Amino acid sequence: MEIGLGHYLTVAAILFTIGVFGIFLNRKNVITILMSIELMLLAVNINLVAFSAYLHDLVGQVFAMFILTVAAAESAIGLAILVVYFRNRGSIAVEDINMMKG
Amino acid sequence: MAEIPSILPATPEIFLACSALALLLLGVFKGDCATRLVSHLAAAALLVAAILVLSHSGARVFAFNGMFVVDGFGVFMKTLVLIGAAAVVMVGQGYAAQQRMNRFELPVLIVLSTVGMMMMISANDLMALYMGLETQSLALYVLAAFRRDTQTSTEAGLKYFVLGALSSGLLLFGASLIYGFTGTTNFDRIVAVLASAPKAEIGIVVGMVFMIAGLAFKVAAVPFHMWAPDVYEGSPTPVTAFFAAAPKVAAVALLLRVLIDPFGGLTDQWRQIITFMAVVSMVLGAVGAIQQTNIKRLLAYGSIGHVGYIFLGLAAGSEQGVRGILIYLAVYLVMTVGTFAVVLSMRHQGRPVENIAHFAGLSRTHPMMALVMALFMFSMAGIPPLAGFFGKFYVFLAAIEGHLYGLAVIGVLTSVIAAFYYLRIVKLMYFDETPVESIDQQNDGAVTVVLVGCGVFTALFFFFPVPIMSGAASAAASLFAG
Repeated sequence: MEIGLGHYLTVAAILFTIGVFGIFLNRKNVITILMSIELMLLAVNINLVAFSAYLHDLVGQVFAMFILTVAAAESAIGLAILVVYFRNRGSIAVEDINMMKG
Repeated sequence: MAEIPSILPATPEIFLACSALALLLLGVFKGDCATRLVSHLAAAALLVAAILVLSHSGARVFAFNGMFVVDGFGVFMKTLVLIGAAAVVMVGQGYAAQQRMNRFELPVLIVLSTVGMMMMISANDLMALYMGLETQSLALYVLAAFRRDTQTSTEAGLKYFVLGALSSGLLLFGASLIYGFTGTTNFDRIVAVLASAPKAEIGIVVGMVFMIAGLAFKVAAVPFHMWAPDVYEGSPTPVTAFFAAAPKVAAVALLLRVLIDPFGGLTDQWRQIITFMAVVSMVLGAVGAIQQTNIKRLLAYGSIGHVGYIFLGLAAGSEQGVRGILIYLAVYLVMTVGTFAVVLSMRHQGRPVENIAHFAGLSRTHPMMALVMALFMFSMAGIPPLAGFFGKFYVFLAAIEGHLYGLAVIGVLTSVIAAFYYLRIVKLMYFDETPVESIDQQNDGAVTVVLVGCGVFTALFFFFPVPIMSGAASAAASLFAG
């Protein structure tokens, strides 16, 4: 069986959905949310690289490189915020993030 | 040999980025005692950048291989963002100094995120859009958690980070689909691809919906608003003022640019989504604020309502609608900065208070502050002849001209409901007894200047509407000409 564009897009869509559900259904730990965010961004990268190969156009791969670098910066900031939050609250369980209701 | 690309259209952005780095160096060398100096220099740099932006002729020019565009629309929006940011830096300084968050990083981060906003407004390519959005957001996440020794501020930062990253993910997924189905990331070429196809492919429409969802997070439109009240309440007040002013304007600008420019041919598809979000935002903004007692939370719901009115103009999809939105944004920015200047002054024995009950009797203790606050509240409620009325008027007019009668009626009804909670603050200030814990703050000079400026603009917009009106009209025209 030939693996074509459709297969890559399906895998990316499944990974993206797992990432979104990981953010919303997760009741345990904020670290899991950070991993879910990373999963979403990497699903987008699969999409872009698959399209780039399919279209014979380099722009998609350049875009993927940008996303990788920004994702690294984003996780760094996210972890830093998580650390200061832990210092104040002493917990990073999702159900404890409830000082303000909403 | 490759031609050297023209970077001149990006002069204001380059200037601002360099000044942010210079301010950072200054802060690092001098330490926190230089915070006041850094704040003043940051405000000056933002104003200089605004002058550089305004010195542009208004013609449509490109830079960086067509990824970056400067046109009349961009000039108008960037001016609003820069003025808003400069005003917030000025009013926030005194508060920060008094509340032991007197660190020089605050103005530097504000300048850096403003650079990101200007890149967003000028984006003409999906990649440029993403880079601008992230430059803005990464600085904003840190700003929300700026009081790192308090639980509320770090919690606000954490919530904003998680939902902001989620929205970036949605936006990117949409962008990747659009790239795949059109074969390009450049807005002008997307327009050409969409114009050549008889009917938009489903992949493009799905991609567009994902992008709208991602951007709706950034402007806090219902159903993507849940972060806004918590982040507004938890962040330190100068940061909340900044959130309500500059990023909101920049995100609306980006949404307008994306929907009118590359997806202008798909207006029928996106109009349904925007109409739905307009209705639910207006209703939730009006109803949600009623039982709030925290002034920052109340203003967060108010800003959700304002986004609903902006979407009302966008749903019309016409040049009239965009002109109405631009007037609305200009007025909204001034009212918001003014209101937050009052909120920043709310202190009891040097401690900030945020409950609206503390406004009681303000007209007797601080008559001038009560007067300007009443002006802003009347204006937000849309009472003529104040500035807020004109913002709403032109948006409703565009909706009616676009035959969106039902939407306009809902808009008027929700603004009546919204008037309830705005007028309640006026009632508290003028007719209620002064409580034991009253506000006893003397304003510093910068707050007074900003308050007077915003108050005069709000009250006298009626007499001098021409600069804003004609600026908005030509900016809207340039967006549609592009």
